[in-house]
Amino acid sequence: MGYKIIVLAKQVPDTRNVGPDAMTPEGTVNRAALPAVFNPEDLNALEQALRLKDQFPGSTISVVTMGLPKSAEVIREALYRGADEGFVVTDRCLGGADTLATSYTLSQAIKKIGKYDIIIGGRQAIDGDTAQVGPQIAEKLGLTQVTYAEEILSVDEKTRKIVIKRHIDGGVETVEAPMPLVITVNGSAAPCRPRNAKRIMKYKCATVAAERPAEAASAYAEMVAKKPFLNITQWGAADIEADLQQVGKAGSPTNVKAVKNIVFKAKESRTMTGADADIESLMVELLNEKIIG
Amino acid sequence: MANFYKDIPELKYHLNNPMMERICELKERGYADKDKFDYAAQDYADALDSYDKVLEITGEITGEIIAPNAEGVDAEGPHCANGRVEYASGTKQNLDAMVKAGLNGMTMPRRFGGLNFPITPYTMCAEVVAAADAGFGNIWSLQDCIETLYEFGNEDQHSRFIPRICQGETMSMDLTEPDAGSDLQSVMLKATFDEKENCWRLNGVKRFITNGDADLHLVLARSEEGTHDGRGLSMFIYDKRDGGVNVRRIENKLGIHGSPTCELVYKNAKAELCGDRKLGLIKYVMALMNGARLGIAAQSVGLSQAAYNEALAYAKDRKQFGKAIIEFPAVYDMLATIKAKLDAGRALLYQTSRYVDVYKALDDIARERKLTPEERQEQKLFSKLADAFTPLAKGMNSEYANQNAYDCIQVHGGSGFMLEYACQRIYRDARITSIYEGTTQLQTVAAIRYVTNGTYQSVLADYENILVAPEFEDYMNRIKSMDSKFSAASNAVKEAGDQELLDFLARRLYEMAATCVMSHLLLQDTNKEPEMFKKSLEVYVNYAESEIEKHFNFIRKFQAEKLANYRKA
Repeated sequence: MGYKIIVLAKQVPDTRNVGPDAMTPEGTVNRAALPAVFNPEDLNALEQALRLKDQFPGSTISVVTMGLPKSAEVIREALYRGADEGFVVTDRCLGGADTLATSYTLSQAIKKIGKYDIIIGGRQAIDGDTAQVGPQIAEKLGLTQVTYAEEILSVDEKTRKIVIKRHIDGGVETVEAPMPLVITVNGSAAPCRPRNAKRIMKYKCATVAAERPAEAASAYAEMVAKKPFLNITQWGAADIEADLQQVGKAGSPTNVKAVKNIVFKAKESRTMTGADADIESLMVELLNEKIIG
Repeated sequence: MANFYKDIPELKYHLNNPMMERICELKERGYADKDKFDYAAQDYADALDSYDKVLEITGEITGEIIAPNAEGVDAEGPHCANGRVEYASGTKQNLDAMVKAGLNGMTMPRRFGGLNFPITPYTMCAEVVAAADAGFGNIWSLQDCIETLYEFGNEDQHSRFIPRICQGETMSMDLTEPDAGSDLQSVMLKATFDEKENCWRLNGVKRFITNGDADLHLVLARSEEGTHDGRGLSMFIYDKRDGGVNVRRIENKLGIHGSPTCELVYKNAKAELCGDRKLGLIKYVMALMNGARLGIAAQSVGLSQAAYNEALAYAKDRKQFGKAIIEFPAVYDMLATIKAKLDAGRALLYQTSRYVDVYKALDDIARERKLTPEERQEQKLFSKLADAFTPLAKGMNSEYANQNAYDCIQVHGGSGFMLEYACQRIYRDARITSIYEGTTQLQTVAAIRYVTNGTYQSVLADYENILVAPEFEDYMNRIKSMDSKFSAASNAVKEAGDQELLDFLARRLYEMAATCVMSHLLLQDTNKEPEMFKKSLEVYVNYAESEIEKHFNFIRKFQAEKLANYRKA
């Protein structure tokens, strides 16, 4: 038997190519100035999903992304690698979302998709680096979450429990969790498999409605009628029954005050024991340095 | 990250050659698959776009996986245990990525799970892979043995074997034996028919078998008892799942370490006949070898590209006497010559692959329906051109790969002699290209009939009629004068009517023909895309003129009676 897997993916600016116009004056990312790529850790997550699909034939992988219409590119990239279908949640009112609004929107989209056993995404996106969206979705859907996953070790079809290796500070940890659940995958997990030749030929013309030029609408309609797999589902806020107060800027309590270039000057980390004396000396040090207090 | 396709714009230029339209039309049967398979090409533009995208995947895997693994694979190599081959760990990763990307059985029809690609884009993939790791290139490129099974096997064999290759199983061609190398007529591996089991049984030893532990083998064996020449040989399919063939050892080689070269022992191995008895060598292996020779030509061009990349990067980086060594004429001369030979050799490679594409597609159509008289004529013409060009492409590119790898080390100076730099691996890997699948000397033997029957001369005459922009007319005139020297030299040798003299001078005539052809092709390319090729054209024509002059003088002054001074004893 197969599993219904939802992969969360994000199109992000390629931070390997950051120029001076990378940020807008409002302090958000200037997406127009940066080449857009598949968020690297989401690719690691997709690979974990694909491995489950290899292992449990009949499993399906749905990829969900929120963003501009052009973020359908990550859906196509996922289809090229083996995903079955994709959803682009796009709407003007969704713009400027922080992690809270994003996780709300995505959880609404997931509810709309309906049945799922595993929701899996990257640990964090390279533009925001918050690592909050996955856990927030788990909270909103009332699901167990396993973060920093490095590998899905096994799935027990009878007990519906899943064993996951987590990457933790200084080592690894193996945990067991019940399905359905949310997993966020660390960048140290296996890299995603390459795009597949046949799939790229099959899906290269797949689009969401908003990507299609108006003058070619009838040609696209004909093509999609003949080959439904060339249609990537596009949802707006209304389609996922979103409360407009909880999406986009309106639903985002985060305010970016300023963005600065910071060079980390952290010294080497120290390892302390759990002994009372050690804890006390640390507290004193932190108070003296005015780091806490 | 490097993309070995996108980083080399010359490849896309060759992919967009106008002949591709005819090739696609034939290969796609007028795009008849477009509603039958969801990944089939809709039209010519769609087909070309798909080739481009698939080459991009290949370039990405090559840049991100195969190239970084190359050094480790070279050091680790494959191992032999319990009669089986275990690939180096990097090789396994490479293969896994290529299989997941669906880059196997690329040229096979879609009904078997193939991509139905023409030979040309497939050959480009082979070049790109070889540029990263020539040894891995062998393992992957041996998939083209399936062409021979497709051409000569029966429908039942097609349906059982071709889908497996499309899914990523590997192949080998088991030809060479300890006493049958270049002379395959001496093959002794014995095939006997087992009446009880209604199958063939193979017994004997094969040597120097590339990827000898492959899933499917095409085997040349003696099926006709009491015979001693090529007419007693048939071709067999051995399926590893049936067992009976063990790897006795893996050879310890100078280069292409990732590619296991095996000695195989056949012990009553079950096999099935491919095609008809007695046609094994004279028909099927010849077809197999022609495909393989194109593959080695591609491998050689890949190695030349790698040599150029390494030499250029080092020459820009290395400073002596207060400046980068690329500033010195003695160094930039070497770099420019590597690049010119690379561009000229690549032009020859893809011209050849296009000729092969046209006639092979027509051959295939001829198996489905009767060809029209025009199509038959086209098939005959391109088949002849392919036969004439394949030995040029294989021989010259493999020699250039060696020369380029040599110069690449030379650019590196002392550092190039140390094992830390990639150039030494390229040098070692290149060395085999002018030896296997027929030495350059045997390419000359295959090509010399096209010197004496005027095929190359008539091709050159056609090329001379191609109009070029006024700024390139001077090059055309210089090349025309090279053509006439080639004609004069070949006519003189022919007229002498001395077979030994012809054999002796054949290599020089062969090189003259190839040099003229490549000069023309590079001129045609420059005429279409001046910015990309004009420097190489200048450098190559300068080089070619001196080569032609050298051979011309040698042949003109050579006297048949002086052969005695060359003969041993």
